[in-house]
Amino acid sequence: MNMGDWHGHKHHDHEHQAVPSDPALRVKALESLLVEKGLVDPAALDALIDTYENKVGPRNGARVVARAWVDPEYKQRLFKDATAAIAELGYGGRQGEHMLVVENTPSVHNLVVCTLCSCYPWSVLGLPPVWYKSAPYRSRAVIDPRGVLREFGVVLTEDVEVRVWDSTAELRYLVLPERPAGAENLQEDDLAALVTRDAMIGTAKVAAPQRAGA
Amino acid sequence: MNGVHDLGGIQGMGPIEPEPNEPVFHYEWEARAFALNIAAGAWRKWNIDAGRHEIELLPPANYLRMSYYEKWTARLVELLIKAGLVTRAEIASGTPARGSSKATPPLTPAQVPSVLRTGAAASRNVSVAPRFRAGERIRARNIHPAGHTRLPRYARGHVGTIDRDHGVYVFPDSNAHFRGENPQHVYSVRFAARELWGEQASPRDSVYIDLWDDHLEPVRS
Repeated sequence: MNMGDWHGHKHHDHEHQAVPSDPALRVKALESLLVEKGLVDPAALDALIDTYENKVGPRNGARVVARAWVDPEYKQRLFKDATAAIAELGYGGRQGEHMLVVENTPSVHNLVVCTLCSCYPWSVLGLPPVWYKSAPYRSRAVIDPRGVLREFGVVLTEDVEVRVWDSTAELRYLVLPERPAGAENLQEDDLAALVTRDAMIGTAKVAAPQRAGA
Repeated sequence: MNGVHDLGGIQGMGPIEPEPNEPVFHYEWEARAFALNIAAGAWRKWNIDAGRHEIELLPPANYLRMSYYEKWTARLVELLIKAGLVTRAEIASGTPARGSSKATPPLTPAQVPSVLRTGAAASRNVSVAPRFRAGERIRARNIHPAGHTRLPRYARGHVGTIDRDHGVYVFPDSNAHFRGENPQHVYSVRFAARELWGEQASPRDSVYIDLWDDHLEPVRS
């Protein structure tokens, strides 16, 4: 299993020093207790972890976006019933049971947050990044979305309307970003490769493709 | 509850720190903590709303200091104890109480794909009349329940417009306390940014919040 990169995460080490005991030891002790009591099956834990490390992630959402870009009828179905349209591509289930898609245009920019906890569309984006779950993002996205977007390098002019979606219920939001200029001739798979996780949260735009060869 | 988890609009929390090429889990213990929460949830001794509320009950200083999966771990311990699946003595000792019987885990590895693929819908196929219609102006109630609520403080008392009716869903404010699902309509409510934050906000901007019938009241002229 992926142990993650232990380098370059000084802020995590710092956080860990602030808690009374090593969380790695506490989690290990908890797991062995629950296994010994027959409350959880360790192989089921492996399967859960494998799903979110290797099978479900933002590539799912990127395929939804690319399909919407190339297929106007699919895009309409996505707005009419996002859960069903996303299921057409084989994605759904936990934390994606009730999906909504909101569209970025030259005049409207959408941004998704969960101020109360960490609600996020797992089925299309996987598990949320640390910053999405952090106090700085959750506190500021609703009161200063333009400042937040600037911090992410997205500068919007005053004539663009910003819509912030606070995921307070079980509806899960996916932003349909604008198709970048210069991507007119790309096929669906190549378009999907352009789409980043942050563009589907609304903290980024999709960059124009790098011109390769001809 | 008016807890520190209700972060919308709080200032001074510092810069947002995105991490390039962030792994799904930073440490193996985070992955185990995540999976333990899901697997133990399969006992169905609590619901998603009770699980969220348990995190809200962490002491405020701990809530702000602990990393995400530290909170998940602390919350799981409390849920397990409240559900009677483990005792605090067992947590402290790390071993099952003497003479306790061994259970059979409800979630097997073979079931994991279908369980995740199915999820757990929060919508309810029951006939409940909506109290509001799309386009109607409403006010978010000025309420301060001591328990779980999905009505953020920053919206309370403010006037918004029903953007759309999502249909009928479980009401977390009662479900979190095992006081019933109380299914009712959830609406996407549009609040103008200036209604919430005053003139410092852009006149074009808005915040959409998903709120339940019990969070809203008509605007009386």
